[in-house]
Amino acid sequence: MDDGPLMPRRRDKHPVPYDPDYKTSVSRSPRWPLLSMESTPSEETGPRFGHSLLGPLDNNLVLNYSADGSPAIGERILMHGRVLDEMGRPVPDTLIEIWQANAGGRYRHVKDGYLAPLDPNFGGCGRTLTDAQGRYQFLTIRPGAYPWPNRANDWRPMHIHVSVFGHAFGQRLITQMYFEGDPLIDRCPIAATVKDRGQLDRLVAPLDMSHARPLDFLAYKFDIVLRGRRQTMFENKPEGM
Amino acid sequence: MVQPLDELFETPSQTAGPYVHIGCIPSFAGVQGIYPQDLGTSPISEGAKGTHITVTGSIYDGTGWALRDAMFESWQSDAQGRFPGQDGADPKVNGFCRFAADGDSGEFTLRTVKPGLVPARGGGMQAPHISLWIVARGINVGLQTRIYFDDEDNAADPLLARIEQRPRRDTLIAKRDGEGQYRFDIRLQGDGETVFLDL
Ligand SMILES: [Fe+3]
Repeated sequence: MDDGPLMPRRRDKHPVPYDPDYKTSVSRSPRWPLLSMESTPSEETGPRFGHSLLGPLDNNLVLNYSADGSPAIGERILMHGRVLDEMGRPVPDTLIEIWQANAGGRYRHVKDGYLAPLDPNFGGCGRTLTDAQGRYQFLTIRPGAYPWPNRANDWRPMHIHVSVFGHAFGQRLITQMYFEGDPLIDRCPIAATVKDRGQLDRLVAPLDMSHARPLDFLAYKFDIVLRGRRQTMFENKPEGM
Repeated sequence: MVQPLDELFETPSQTAGPYVHIGCIPSFAGVQGIYPQDLGTSPISEGAKGTHITVTGSIYDGTGWALRDAMFESWQSDAQGRFPGQDGADPKVNGFCRFAADGDSGEFTLRTVKPGLVPARGGGMQAPHISLWIVARGINVGLQTRIYFDDEDNAADPLLARIEQRPRRDTLIAKRDGEGQYRFDIRLQGDGETVFLDL
């Protein structure tokens, strides 16, 4: 299963690289078309990470930065879902990393000077590996919305940044998870770089009461799909390969 | 109407934003203590076989300004052209590195071994190269490119052969500027725009 070429990226299902409403993209988007070719072993292989990498609190952002065990401030949520490929097959044992602002909308980053205070017990990053069925989960707090310099009064909707490796370097993906019902999604120029509305909707995690724990946390479901690989049955190989 | 194809679409990308370091290289962002060390600090460990090299460069936007907030990931074979996990691969080469543009100068540095020849699809070999993936604020879909080397024979490389214009081809080739030292600058846009890949 893991040896065919990668399915070509459907660029129309991704954001446009150049979008004047997201001003930084104007000077940072290539003008020339991409060079398209079938994938090679350089893209079909990729780094793999094992469970020995992970500490017990790596996927618990409520506690993983706390010095004395006091939890981070904010609405407690479980973020969970599955990683699949375009054929619908689970992607097991793949590393997912997330990062986010705290409940007030402030990042713990040298360059973030927003008015909202830092939470001494919140670092803002976590990581985990998917299980054999491609499932993953994080316990965290709901991040706050925050303003950013773009148009005069632009605010980012509540979001969690998500990085996924897959099994091939050509599957590498960074995206963002938004929250069901957030009115800022429709006003966000970064969300709006995804021109296909159906595709943007796939970045919006629904409230998932079936995974919420009474008197503890709410849950949001976020499934992720990575590029698939072409099936190799009946694959024509040139002589000698 | 016809039967639906059971195909899913890849989740759309979104920009990594200005704070990508928090999630990927937290100590660079000033977030200490969650992980014992950042992921992917080096593609090799002590004793990796082959020519040890250093690639230095900057990544420029359309105005010629070097980005200070870009993050890079590299992936490569060992000196024999074998990727980690393949039979006979050098156990001292994990092949993967994460590095960032310097917050003050915008310069990045990658210390590794020079990769070997890697098979191409459909026969033939690809010239030694390092795959590079670039994310930053303002980049909506991570950019793929490759670092080749000007002191290798690149004539038969199938990817380079696809690029008709010689000046464009040269954007993928690192220039040797000392013993084991190479320079590789990336231009996102404008004169000398780097060739970005879709494969
Ligand atoms: Fe953000």
